[in-house]
Formats: sequence, structure tokens, C-alpha cells
Amino acid sequence: MKKASVLMIIGPLLLLGLYFFPLWNIMLGAPQYPDPLGMNIHITGIKGVSEFDLQNIDGLNHYIGMKVIPKPEDMWEFTVFPYVIGGMVLLGVIIGLLGYMNKVSYKWFLGWFVLMSILGVLGMYDFNAWLLDYGSNLDPHAIIKVVNPDGTPMTYKPPLLGYQKMLNFDVTSLPHVGAYMMFVGMMLTVVAFFVGKKEAGKIKNT
Amino acid sequence: MKKIKYSMLAFLGLVMVFTSCNDSGKKSSGALASNNAEKVYVAPGEQDEFYAFMSGGYSGNLTVYGLPSGRMFKEIPVFSQFPTSGYGYSEETKPMLNTSFGFVPWDDSHHPDISQTNGELDGRWIFINGNNTPRIARISLTTFETEEIIEVPNSAGNHSSSFITENTEYVVAGTRFSVPVPQRDMPINEYKGNFKGALSFISVDPEDGRMDLKFQIMMPGFNYDLSHPGRGKSHGWFFFTTYNTEEANSLLEVNASQNDKDFIAAINWKKIEEYVNNGGGTIMPANYAHNVYRDENHTATSTMKKEVLTVDPTKVPGAVYFLPTPKSPHGCDVDPTGNYIIGNGKLSADLTVHSFDKMLAAIEGKKFDGEAYGIPILKFEDVLAGTVKSGGLGPLHTEFDGEGNAYTTFFISSEVVMWKLGTWEVIDRKPTYYSVGHLMIPGGNSRKPFGKYVVAMNKITKDRYLPTGPELEHSAQLYDISGDKMELIYDFPTHGEPHYAAGIPAELIAPKSQKIYKLAENEHPYAVTTPDGAKVVREGKEVHVYMSMIRSHFTPDNIEGIKVGDKVYFHITNHEQDFDVPHGFAMIGANNSELLIMPGQTKSLVWEPKQEGVWPFYCTDFCSALHQEMQGYVRVSPANSNIDLSWSLGE
Repeated sequence: MKKASVLMIIGPLLLLGLYFFPLWNIMLGAPQYPDPLGMNIHITGIKGVSEFDLQNIDGLNHYIGMKVIPKPEDMWEFTVFPYVIGGMVLLGVIIGLLGYMNKVSYKWFLGWFVLMSILGVLGMYDFNAWLLDYGSNLDPHAIIKVVNPDGTPMTYKPPLLGYQKMLNFDVTSLPHVGAYMMFVGMMLTVVAFFVGKKEAGKIKNT
Repeated sequence: MKKIKYSMLAFLGLVMVFTSCNDSGKKSSGALASNNAEKVYVAPGEQDEFYAFMSGGYSGNLTVYGLPSGRMFKEIPVFSQFPTSGYGYSEETKPMLNTSFGFVPWDDSHHPDISQTNGELDGRWIFINGNNTPRIARISLTTFETEEIIEVPNSAGNHSSSFITENTEYVVAGTRFSVPVPQRDMPINEYKGNFKGALSFISVDPEDGRMDLKFQIMMPGFNYDLSHPGRGKSHGWFFFTTYNTEEANSLLEVNASQNDKDFIAAINWKKIEEYVNNGGGTIMPANYAHNVYRDENHTATSTMKKEVLTVDPTKVPGAVYFLPTPKSPHGCDVDPTGNYIIGNGKLSADLTVHSFDKMLAAIEGKKFDGEAYGIPILKFEDVLAGTVKSGGLGPLHTEFDGEGNAYTTFFISSEVVMWKLGTWEVIDRKPTYYSVGHLMIPGGNSRKPFGKYVVAMNKITKDRYLPTGPELEHSAQLYDISGDKMELIYDFPTHGEPHYAAGIPAELIAPKSQKIYKLAENEHPYAVTTPDGAKVVREGKEVHVYMSMIRSHFTPDNIEGIKVGDKVYFHITNHEQDFDVPHGFAMIGANNSELLIMPGQTKSLVWEPKQEGVWPFYCTDFCSALHQEMQGYVRVSPANSNIDLSWSLGE
């Protein structure tokens, strides 16, 4: 089960990319912004793509009554996420090492993947909830209040994934390098599971 | 009678023939025109290939254009007050216009020249001379703002300026009018033999561009008209045209046109530099302003310098020679190889070309033809490389395309003539509309010209554009020189009177053009870097308002406790950190100007309220959808009132 265990060790290690690269990226382009404004969402906080992007996004958003983009200390997620990711990397590597020493079965690999997936889905849910709050919990004294054709106040929740036109802005929200490394890492643990299963089958047959 | 009728018919027939001829002529020029339209057409959203920096002449400023489109991008205030931005009105920039004559709010700007490294344009700074009150300015090509102005003492009519040596070691400023040195009360008609012509060598710091007047060469009292540096093999030399070697002091148009030949003065500045570095020269008392603007605190300071190092050229053997040059030469141009020095004899039909190699040989062989005030005159025949028999009249200036061709403007015959270096044959000539002065090829005054376009700067506009009363803008014309012959492809009006221009490929400066000033790096003593730092402070009759501005409000926007007779300083910091979001500030009744404040910048305006009341101020730059709401009020109470200072926003 050596090959599978090595994959199981490499996979979770790829999650370490989240400490160095953004998880997600949201770009806002408009006629007046040929160089779009952008924010990179890291597990430790939100950063501007260019030096003053956050300040400029906040400056624009104040017209429509959106809250300012949260600082790391304003959201518990940015404190907890790094520990969760660190814990999952450690757990994954330990499982891999134990697998290498034949102390645990390959089924643990899938177990890690399922746990990580649940956490991932929870994370996405949480992220989406924040986007919803950010985009719809507006200051009642906002300078510009736009209503939808049906008379309800327009909200400005950025898309979780993909493109959306919001007033004069074209908003694109996509995973970034950290997320891709995480996806690949997680897939490697699934591959580890199947390779482990195959290797286990071979051992049985011989 | 019948005869007459027939002849009339015949005449009509002739007219028709001519008309149809004209029609077909127009058609072919129409096809040509559409081809030319493509050459100058820069589609919406596209950018030009070259920057062209055109001097403003009597506007005192420098304008920035794109080539080939001829679109104007910016007017950079240099020597003239500029109410558009507050330059020369704001407290920070008033010192820029300080001189030994006090505050001089205007000048006549002439010859822009871009900094060079190894004889090639490097796009760090551009220099320009103030002709009237002699000054040299240095403008940053990252902020496109004037950073430094140095006054030139002992000089008058600072015209053979501001040309730089090939590594920007010096920016050189020569006097057009000779004057008594030092200035003193004396009869004008004792000019001859008594007046001096100062040629100033201003060193440029290679790191920050700071200028320092290193030495002045005290030449005989001629008029030093134009100059250019040697380059390549002639690097280390500088060449100045002279006129009025007659030393006339009145009716110069006649009296200064008597000598068949004036001179080109060849100055071995390396030799003189060595001489002064070894302690040579005489320090003389002087009084001239050195004004420096710093981005860090957005503020200029003016320092009066009190002495200058002068050099008597006869004390440095082998440093200065005169090259006889016919007919009151105007432009003095050096080709990209550095071998040919062209004297544009403005009262003649011909161009005189001197050879640097022959000049060195003549000096070596001591082939002198007398001397003037102790300066050896070389024999004309021994330095002459050739004469361009142009067939034109009134040559003024020459530029080069880097492919062995030269282009000379002819003021009187109103044309640009293209000729070949070495063979001196005329290749092409094209009319200009009208009476061309300078011309410019991007990099045409360097070792490496970008010979794609010639811009002719015409002195007379007349009917080229829709009329605008007696006063017209000047007119530039663009020629395509990428083919074997020149082709006139475009006309565009220019602001002020461009005397010379400097062009550079856009790619050399556009990428480093600054977008904002960083608020975090603002060192202005009155800056407020966060809105809660805004305050109003009274110091006797002076009131300092520390104000910030961001879309779309001022902090504070209500101020009370100001009294009639106060001197109110508005120190306003733009808190935007986004490209192209300036805010303006205008105060009713202000006796100076508005302020236009760039993101991260602080500027100060003085306002002296004279009447009680509640007086508004507002943002002048349409900054946002709520620009019209960007306003505030100042309450002005009687001088003896006891209303306390107070200020607020949103209360």
C-alpha cells in the first residue's frame, strides 16, 4: 500500500497552498474601470488584487449602503480556517504515514476525503452566507437605492461562482490557486483510496 | 457680336474643361487622403506611438501631444501660473516661480530636451528654458510635473538653451543678449567690448536630477542663439551659433547683419570641467533662485544662491574656438554620428556644414584666421565639410532621421527640405503652411533618432483652420518620412507658440507614468491622513483648516468662527487612492485660483474673507455621481465677534 500512502501524504500537503495563495477571487470591472478592481479571499483574510482595490471597492460600495469589506479580526472564519486546514493537513499526513506502515486501511483515505468534503461544503455555505449578508444587509440611509422591476430593493450579493452583471459592474467570481491546489489534493486522496484498494486486492489474491 | 458670343462659349468650354480636370484631381487626392487618414488615425481606445512635448512659447508651459494623432493630452505648468491646477497660486507651488526679481508669474518657454544616457533618450526628465527671465526647468516624466527651476545669473534672453549632453551630465544655457557682467549702470552705446555672453553649464545629478550651476564661460558680447551637444566622437564638445558679432546695440536687424560670417563657437566643456575641477575659474558674487519641488511633501522651497564660478575662456588654452559660419546662423545642429555640425544661416539660401574631424585637424595644424577677443578663429575652408545648395530661403533648424538624411526648415520659403549627409544633395522638399520655425523628429537630436515622422511647427496659421478672430493657435504639420520622400499627412493646432519639441516612443515612458500619490507616504506638514485628523486651528489672525476630501464630501464641510480680516489657509488632502480621481476646491471670492488635488496629494489655498456671511465652497472636478453634493459652508462673522471656532461634518 506504499504507492497509495504516498499519494495520501502528498494530497493533504497540497492544502498548504492555501496559506500562500488565495482561495477565491472576485473581480469587478466597469466602463470606468478598464483595469478591474479585485479582491482575493485567503483563508486568513481578504486582500486587494492591487494595493488600493479594497479601499476603492469600499468607496464605491458606500453609495449603495454596503458594509466595508471585513478585516481579518472582524470575522471568526479568518482565525478558525487556518487551524481547520492545518488540522486536516496533519490528520491526512498522519493517516498517510500510518497507511505506509500498514497500521490503517485505505478506507481511512476516503474517510479523510469525506470529512474534508463536508468541511469544504460547510465553508462554501458559510462563504455564501457572508456574501448574501454583505450584498443584501444594506444601510437604510444608503445614497443610492435601486429597486428591482417588482419593487423589491435591489441587493448586491456577488456570485459564489461565475459571472453576474451588477449595476455598471461586471462581477466574476472564481476559485484561485489555493482552491485548485486543494481540489487536486483532495482528488489525490480519492486516487489514493482506489490505488490502496487495488493494492489491497492484489495482496489478497497473491 | 456673334464673335463675342462664340468666344464666350469657348471660354465656358475651357472653364468646364478646367473644372472637370480639377474634379479628377480632387478624386485622386481624395484616395491619397484616405490613405493618409489611416496613417494618423488612432482608433478610439487605441494609443499613440509617440509622445511629443511641445514648448508653449509665450504660454510659458509645456504641452504634451500624441503622434501621429496630434491629440493634446496635457499642459504642464512650468514657468507660468496655472489657475487650472493652482500651480503658482497654491502655497506649495508659489516658491517655484521665485527669482532674484521676486515672484515672476510668466515666462517664454522655448526648447524642451529629454534626458539621455549614452546619447539615447532615456525618458527620465525633460528640461526646458525660460527665455525672458533666464531659468531652466526640469520636469519629471513619471509625474509629468515641474520638479525644479534654477535661475541663470549673468544671462538675458536665455535662448541657446536647454540642451543636454549625451549622458545628461549638463543641461546647457547660453545667453542670447549679452549684458554687463556684473550688471551695472552704464551707457548702452558702450556695449562693444564691455558686455559679456555667459554660457552656463548646469550639472544634473544622475540619481535625482537635481541641478547645480557648475560654471559659466564668459564669452565675448555676441548673441548666442542656439546650441547643441557633440555626440559620439564629438562628445565633450558643445556648439553654439552666434550672431551680432558686430556687437551692435541698436537697430540690430541692419547693424547685426553686416558681417558676411558670424561664428559657431565650439566649446570643449570636458577641458573646462577639468580646469574648474582643478580649482580654475573665478568665484563671483551672484544672486539667483534655486527652486525645488518634492513629491514627498508636495511642496516647493526656494533658495537664493549667492555665488557663481566663472571661467575666462582665454585662460583655458584649447577649450574654445570659433568656426566662421555665413549669414547670422540660427539653428546649430549636430548629426547622430557627431561628425557634422550644421549652421543654418538664416539670411542665406545655403546651409553650412562643418566637419568635427576637420575641425580637430585644423586645431592640430593651427590653421587660424586671426582671433576674436583672444579666441582663435579657425579657417572657414579648413573646417567646412560641405554646403547644401538648398534652393530655399531662410534655413532655421535641422533634424536627422538616423538613416543619413537631414531635414531642414526654411522660414522664408516656407518648406521642409530633405537632404543627404555627406553628398549634400537635396532629395525632396515639401511646402509648410506657413513659415515653419522648428521641426522635430522623435529622438532627432540624439544618437538614435526614430525617423518615422517629422513635425513642422509653423509660425503662421492664417486659413488652416476655422477662423477664431485675429488671434489664432499655431499650427503643426506631420510628415510621414518612412518612405523615400516626405509626405504631408496631417495638420493640428498647437497651444501657445511651440519653439521646438521633443518626441519619444511612448513605450519608454508610458509604463512608468505615475497614477496616484500614496497617502501613507504624504509628508506634508498640514496633511490629514485620516478624516478624524481634520481640524481648524487659529493662530492669531491666521486660521489653518486641515481638511480632507473623498467622494463625495469635504471633512469638515461646516466651519464657523472665521472673522472678517482673517487669513484662512485651506490645507486640503485628497484621500482617494484611485487612478484619475482628482477633486477640486473653489472658494467664493478667492483672489487667487482653484486647487486641483490629485489622489494622496495635499495643496493649500489662502482665502481672506472680506465680508460677513455664510460662504460656500465646492468641488470643481466632476468626481462622482454625487459631485454636485460635494460642497460646504464657511460662516464669516464680524471682526470683533466672539464666536468660537467650530467645525463639523454630517451633524
